[in-house]
Amino acid sequence: MHTVKDTEPAAAHPSRTMRQADVVAALAEVLPRAAILFRHEDTAPFECDALTAYRTSPMVVVLPETHAQVAAILKICHKMAVPVVARGAGTGLSGGATPHHTGVVLSLAKFNKLKIDPASCTAIAQCGVRNLAISEAAAPHGLYYAPDPSSQIACTIGGNVAENSGGVHCLKYGLTLHNVLKVRGFMVDGEPVEFGSQALDAPGLDLLSIVIGSEGMLAVTTEVTVKLIPKPLLARCIMASFSDIESAGAAVASVIAHGIIPAGLEMMDKAMTAAVDAFVHADYDLTAAAILLCESDGTPEEVEEEITRMESVLKEAGASRIEVSRDEAQRLKFWSGRKNAFPASGGISPDYMCMDSTIPRKRLAEMLRAIQQMEVKYSLRCVNVFHAGDGNLHPLILFDAEDADEMRRCEKFGADILETSVRLGGTVTGEHGVGVEKLNSMCVQFSEAEREQFLGVKRAFDPLELLNPGKVIPTLHRCAEYGKMHVRRGMLPFPELPRF
Amino acid sequence: MDAHDAALARLIDQVKSALSARAPLDICGGGTKRFYGEAPAGAPLDVRPLSGITSYEPTELVVTARAGTPLRDLEAALAERGQCLPFEPPRFAPGGTVGGMVAAGLSGPARAGVGSVRDHVLGVTLLNGRAEILTFGGQVTKNVAGYDVSRLIVGSLGILGVICEASLKVLPVSVATETLSFEWDEGRSLDTVSRWATQPLPINATAWHAGRLSVRLAGARAAVEAACQRLGGERLESGAAHAWWLSVRDHSAEFFSLGEERLARGEALWRLSVPSVAAALALPGEQFIEWGGAQRWWRTTATPDVVREAAARSGGHATLIRGKDRVEVFAPLSAVLMRVHQGLKQAFDPARIFNPGRLYAGL
Repeated sequence: MHTVKDTEPAAAHPSRTMRQADVVAALAEVLPRAAILFRHEDTAPFECDALTAYRTSPMVVVLPETHAQVAAILKICHKMAVPVVARGAGTGLSGGATPHHTGVVLSLAKFNKLKIDPASCTAIAQCGVRNLAISEAAAPHGLYYAPDPSSQIACTIGGNVAENSGGVHCLKYGLTLHNVLKVRGFMVDGEPVEFGSQALDAPGLDLLSIVIGSEGMLAVTTEVTVKLIPKPLLARCIMASFSDIESAGAAVASVIAHGIIPAGLEMMDKAMTAAVDAFVHADYDLTAAAILLCESDGTPEEVEEEITRMESVLKEAGASRIEVSRDEAQRLKFWSGRKNAFPASGGISPDYMCMDSTIPRKRLAEMLRAIQQMEVKYSLRCVNVFHAGDGNLHPLILFDAEDADEMRRCEKFGADILETSVRLGGTVTGEHGVGVEKLNSMCVQFSEAEREQFLGVKRAFDPLELLNPGKVIPTLHRCAEYGKMHVRRGMLPFPELPRF
Repeated sequence: MDAHDAALARLIDQVKSALSARAPLDICGGGTKRFYGEAPAGAPLDVRPLSGITSYEPTELVVTARAGTPLRDLEAALAERGQCLPFEPPRFAPGGTVGGMVAAGLSGPARAGVGSVRDHVLGVTLLNGRAEILTFGGQVTKNVAGYDVSRLIVGSLGILGVICEASLKVLPVSVATETLSFEWDEGRSLDTVSRWATQPLPINATAWHAGRLSVRLAGARAAVEAACQRLGGERLESGAAHAWWLSVRDHSAEFFSLGEERLARGEALWRLSVPSVAAALALPGEQFIEWGGAQRWWRTTATPDVVREAAARSGGHATLIRGKDRVEVFAPLSAVLMRVHQGLKQAFDPARIFNPGRLYAGL
């Protein structure tokens, strides 16, 4: 995407320039000069994360290398009341790492030490360690780190903690939350802190739970202790074709209803498989209206038993074709298409906007029909890839950001999907986070009192609201301006009033 | 939840009156876990009228129940559809409720294999200290909209508000279950269980006590059978095994009881939560080890300081479960974490009316 929303050269505001000089001077006391970036050309790479449509020029970017430096930076920023936005690899899709115009971007990319302890099935990873690097380092011991977001080759564990990232295997193995034991880092004032413990729980309130997924707004994470689990001896994947979307959706519910928890259960519609096939040749059935990828893992005996049950359930649910991966190469080929869904969409459209809502599984077909109607309504195409097993949808709306009207229609299309998801009993974000992208949708999902309670949580950790301010929780004013009604489980407030 | 619901409306009224009188409330369900935590204080606020399963969709693997729903009713409804609460919440006595289960946040023998009650809570509706009804999370497994307040509520012992309703992830009952038993000492049991944890085995629960290690396997029939062959040991008859694990889960096993005689000797029951690979702990008294070594129960006469230090040295913490005196039940928090706790209490319950002091003094 190329849209620039808020890039203002520092020189545009004399007061900001003065502030910048003060902050840089203070930071220079604790950091080498090379670790402080403030010229526009140097800070430009930090203007956005993977939500490139939203850009802000940061006042200062710092690149610390030690925990002591992080503490010192936070102390200075706290004292000077400067907002701080922590940043990992910048692969986030919701603008969680979008800089603050008068703030400091705390780049933690240099924190990349990793220690695997096979005996205790844990790894201690500094926040800048890439997700996949953990599993690669654990592999010689027959272990791996389960959450596997599509961006796992690039995204960092610190970012995963901030977003409570998922992946394609969450149904069976859980989210980041379920696979992290301890988070070490710093409070906003630079005081060191630990959430969770080496044990399975910690005394007091479960602060680890609230820090994970808090999008960098409660504390700065520098080190994460994760659980490693034994690598399954075998995994096999079924590709099942369906001639209509409804039966594919019903098949998903049926698999679960039969007491099967697949290691992965993904759905792609025809438009998506066509785009993907042109990109990586994943051997998908291109004639099917939708395909399901249904994976079983475990011991060879377990997998054989489960694959047989899955096959019979899928057949009964009306699958027109079923193919079981013969070997690891074919299994990986099936997944390569799924894992390349986003870049493949980039190949068929100048830009795409990825949605991330979650709905109850039984509403999948209903949701897909609604999206088809929206394609007509907004005159934009949408390709669909779903983590069907847990109801997490990634419709990709195709548009051209150079075209202001398309951009506007795309935003409306997206908001419509999110509001429909809430109405169907779901949530506006399953794994990508709220960031800046879904602030308006938060007005729809949460009441004023609930949003106020979120702010209370924020202030319990960060009374001056300096950590990643302006993300996740929309202001009252913003919600009023957005003007959408708060809906919950299909119930509008005051259901007795007529609405048009 | 529907704010016009009579039981809920009455709870809101009670909270409002308590607020205007600045009178603390002691949130009660079945009273089965009143021994847990610091001593309750305040006027009773009975949530049992707020009862019933609101929605249950077996194909969604999600159940939503109001706080006063008897745990027994919930488990029976799940069993009818071949599903269960996989984390095996301990019951201690008949009459426990869903709200109490979430507020206490305790999990049973299967915790090391399948995760905790916290891991399975998807959403919570809370009545906060401003008498507002708030819903966090939802009925879907993947949900990162806003902070994960529903999981913060798990184990909060009611200090942040009244749990009105909870949505839980449920799982199908395992197709096959077997229990193996080994006559091994503590050291050998800890070492072996740690080694097994690094291998793809369907281990669901472990327990060691008095020279005997019990291992429960659960999963696909073929996987359980293959693991039985591989691990060896003596296979327990399924009825007896089931009853024995229940006695561990609900603390009805003899080890956990703290009668007059044991109390008179100065014994207390402690729960030490430590890294599973922690070396054997040396305390006076008797021990019962679960969760692959990560949960070690001690019935001991050692002073709280000695117990706490033993847990801390291993990288864990100790909780006083049962004893004569209830002082400092939970391990003390660092100053920075206590500040966050105070901030959260202030945010949810500024007038400090809910379960004051139940978790820590001053909260």
